[in-house]
This record gives sequence, C-alpha cells and structure tokens, in this order.
Amino acid sequence: MIKVEHLTKTFGEIKAVRDVSFQVGTGEIFAFLGPNGAGKTTTIKMLTTLLRPTSGTIEIDGLDPAHQQNEVRKRFGIVFQDPSLDDELTAFENLDLHGALYHVPRKVRTERGESLLKLFELWDRRNDPVKQFSGGMRRRLEIARGLLHTPKVIFLDEPTLGLDPQTRNQLWAQVKKLNEEERVTVFLTTHYMDEADRVAHRVAIIDHGTIVAQGTPAELKQQTNSETLEQAFLALTGSSIRDEGADSNRDLRNMAAMWRGRK
Amino acid sequence: MTTIYILWLRQLKRYIRSKPRIIASLGQPLLYLFGFGFGFGPVFQKAGQGNYIQFLAPGMIGMTILFTSIFSGIELLFDRQFGFLKEMLVAPQPRLLLMIGRTLGGATTAIFQGTIVIVICVIAGFRPASLSALPMAFAFMVLVAILFTALGTTIACVLTDMQGFQMIMGFLIMPIFFLSGALFPLKGLPTAMQILTRIDPLTYGVDGLRGAMNGTSNFGMGFDLLVLGGIALVFMAIGARQFSRIEA
Ligand SMILES: Nc1ncnc2c1ncn2[C@@H]1O[C@H](COP(=O)(O)OP(=O)(O)OP(=O)(O)O)[C@@H](O)[C@H]1O
Ligand SMILES: [Mg+2]
Repeated sequence: MIKVEHLTKTFGEIKAVRDVSFQVGTGEIFAFLGPNGAGKTTTIKMLTTLLRPTSGTIEIDGLDPAHQQNEVRKRFGIVFQDPSLDDELTAFENLDLHGALYHVPRKVRTERGESLLKLFELWDRRNDPVKQFSGGMRRRLEIARGLLHTPKVIFLDEPTLGLDPQTRNQLWAQVKKLNEEERVTVFLTTHYMDEADRVAHRVAIIDHGTIVAQGTPAELKQQTNSETLEQAFLALTGSSIRDEGADSNRDLRNMAAMWRGRK
Repeated sequence: MTTIYILWLRQLKRYIRSKPRIIASLGQPLLYLFGFGFGFGPVFQKAGQGNYIQFLAPGMIGMTILFTSIFSGIELLFDRQFGFLKEMLVAPQPRLLLMIGRTLGGATTAIFQGTIVIVICVIAGFRPASLSALPMAFAFMVLVAILFTALGTTIACVLTDMQGFQMIMGFLIMPIFFLSGALFPLKGLPTAMQILTRIDPLTYGVDGLRGAMNGTSNFGMGFDLLVLGGIALVFMAIGARQFSRIEA
C-alpha cells in the first residue's frame, strides 16, 4: 500500500529525513517510532502531499503523491499531530464538511458519519460545537473524520498525545476494530511504546532522519535482547535527549493556546 | 460547486455564531455616525456641503464592508493557527475552488454587515434618493466586499502570524479607509493626496455608493463599476495564486 524508497527531505541546513526506505502492506498496522525531531511528521507530510520530497520516491496505492496529488488525497485519511478541527462548528458539521470536500454523497456522509460517531462515542454530542469538547473527544472526532471517506490508508500522527490511559486504550481498540473490519491500512506514530507493541503488526524506528531498525515488535525485542519494546527502542536510539529545532508554527500554536487559555 | 457552497456555508455559520464580533464591528460605524455625524454636521452644512449624515452614510457602509471583508480574509490566519487550514489543504480539491468558496463566504458576511449599517444610517436620519437605486448600491457592496476579502486572503497567505497584522492595519487598511472619501469630500486636496485617493480602490466603492444612494457621483457609476470589477478580478487572481502556494 505504501512504498518509500530513498526518501530525503532537507530544510536548508537541516536534514530532517535521510535516505529512508520502507514498505507497508495492505491492511497492515505500521508504527513509525522515533525520538522527538526524528523526522516522523516530516515523512508523513511527504506521504500526504503536504511537502515535496527533496529526493526519493513514494508510492501510495501505486500512485505518486507529488504528481497525482488529488488521486492520492482521496485514498488516505489523516489525523495530524496538531489539532485541525473547526472549533466553531459542531462535531457533525465538521464531519459533513469533510465529507463534502471528499466528494462523499450526502446520504453516505450521513450514514457513515452516524456509525463513526457512534463507534467513537460522540453521537450524543454531535450537535455541540467542538470548542466545548475535551482533548480526548477532539481526537476521537478527528479520527472519525479521517475515516469518513473510507480511505485505504489512515495516517495517525501521535493520536494519543495528551490522552488518559482509558481513552488511549479505547481509541486503539476502535482503530483495531476498523482495521480488521474494513482492512484499512494504518500508519501511526506514538511515543508510547507499549501502545505500538500491542497494536502494530510491524514497527520501524527512525532516529536523526534515518531508519535504524524495522521488524515486528517481537523481532526488535529479540534483536536487542530486551523485555519490552521501550527497552528495545532505547537500546536502538540511545538515551540522550534530542535537541529540538525551533518550529515557528509550534510557537504560534503555543501562543494561541496561551491566549485562548487566558480569555 | 459543492466545494464552493460548503466553504461559503462554513464562513456564514462562523459569522452568525460570533455574535460578539458582529456587535463589536458595528461600534465603529455607530461612533462615526453619531459622534462625528452630529458633531461635525453643522460645520459641514455651513461650508455649503449639505447634510453631513446624507454624505457620511455611504462612506460608513463602505467602511464597514472594508473592515469586515479584510477581517474575514485574514481569518485564514486563524485557520492556520488552529490547524483547520491543513484539513483544507489535504482535501482532494483544487485550491482555486477552496479560495473562491472562502472568499464568497467572507464577502457575504461583509454584505450582511453593510446591510445592518444601512438600517442604522436610516435610523440616524439618512434617506436614500430613491428606492430604485438600491439594486445599484447592492452591486457596489458586492464588488467592494469581494475585492477586499480577496485582498485579506492574499495578506493572510503572505503573513505567517498575527504579528504583521498590526502593521497591515496601520499602513494599509486605515489609509484605504481615510483616503477613500468616506469621511470628507475629495475636492480641493493637494495633488499628492489627490493621487493617493485615486489609487485607493475604496474611493470608487464609496463614490459608486454615493452615486446610487444620493445621486452624487464624481466619476460616474459606470466608471466606478468598471474599476471595481477590474480590481476585484485582479485581487481574486492574486489571492488564488498565493493560496495555491501556501504550505501547511
Ligand atoms: N518546516 C520546517 N522547517 C525547518 N525545519 C523543520 C521543518 N519541519 C521540521 N523541521 C525539522 O525537521 C526535523 C524533524 O522534525 P519532525 O517534525 O519530522 O520530527 P518528529 O519525528 O515528528 O518529532 P516529534 O516526535 O517531536 O513530533 C526537526 O529537526 C525539525 O526541527
Ligand atoms: Mg511529529
């Protein structure tokens, strides 16, 4: 479903992604793990037409995101690392708008919207504006939205960031259920290794823009003689803390969040 | 078509739901009309320029549409900050349609806002020359709204954060307003000022509105329509181009 070869992205001096290659099969749950600033989000942005690769090739369902943008866009759903809902609209309106943008016929939009809202336990709140939602509810709504147009692949960039253990477990259970029922391919990132261990069929670990290991969670543990995936992860990526480059958008969001908080 | 409609609808919903903003944005025209209008009226009349409220009202309508449109264009910055922009950018849609939908939505809210101001002006004592002139006035409102929403969108594509916004406000939007003849007649000005007022697109909007509502146009309404239509097209084109280039 996803085929990446020698993918590289540089921002001026910074080499965010260097010569990355991997494949994800149809119906697979693939976890892309790595420390902060490793290049996970940058890779996802290239896979999802938001950034052009500096070099290398990408295939999504046999198509090239750089040249067949709209065809590729129809085939994937995405939950971004940062929030991306319209706060002023209700949960249902957010879904409906998404469906319209993805050419989903109104009838299907309503039906599938209903079943997804029920699955993610938001049906009772469908007519409430998103600004009244908690972090967990927003995240669930974003996942429901990403799945509304029945994509072949869904990208989940740290979907469980900031959620409590109950919500996290439930969310992965729901994602797994959809993966089994609809055979949707899942490409996820997370900093919670136990989640990746439980959910993912296969894992790739990226550090400083390069993939340092790939395989099933069991293989990685065996390879590093570790009990848990977290130990394997630390063995592969070392224990030093990563310098994070300044990200102007992130600063902006923090400012915006502060400003909203104060109001 | 669905794309344009759904984004138009989104702008409208956001507008209707932000009642504080609607009310706040009416403060300014109220202030000018009642403060300025009544305070300045007698002087204006003595100078032989006629009824000031009558003169001011089309200016206030133009002003309201200017500010509302620019703001709804610049709202794109909020979409960027709060992340919704990314959702639009990964959708399988031509950027041009996204931009048109947004712009028409923003323009529609500005026209609403302008209509409310017409009502306020009438309460303040303004009387349009004839009712048959109103469709013409409406045409000018539409053009001014589209033109400045497109400009606001362009600005929002170029700025990446809210910091540049104060500067745009001070060096672009306020001059556009003051040089448009919304507050005073554009006659007997020094040549430099004269040129600036002629470059200002809102000048033709205000002039056209005065032509339609008061029967007193400087340049002729046909000319005003032509200039506004032309500039609106150019701004739409520039806005669409900038919008197609933004990265998430
Ligand atoms: N637009 C950009 N301009 C310059 N540098 C960037 C840009 N986007 C990302 N980077 C840099 O690229 C590197 C990889 O960033 P990326 O966001 O892909 O990391 P990540 O693996 O998603 O990290 P995290 O776990 O913190 O989300 C970082 O050093 C980051 O500062
Ligand atoms: Mg990231």
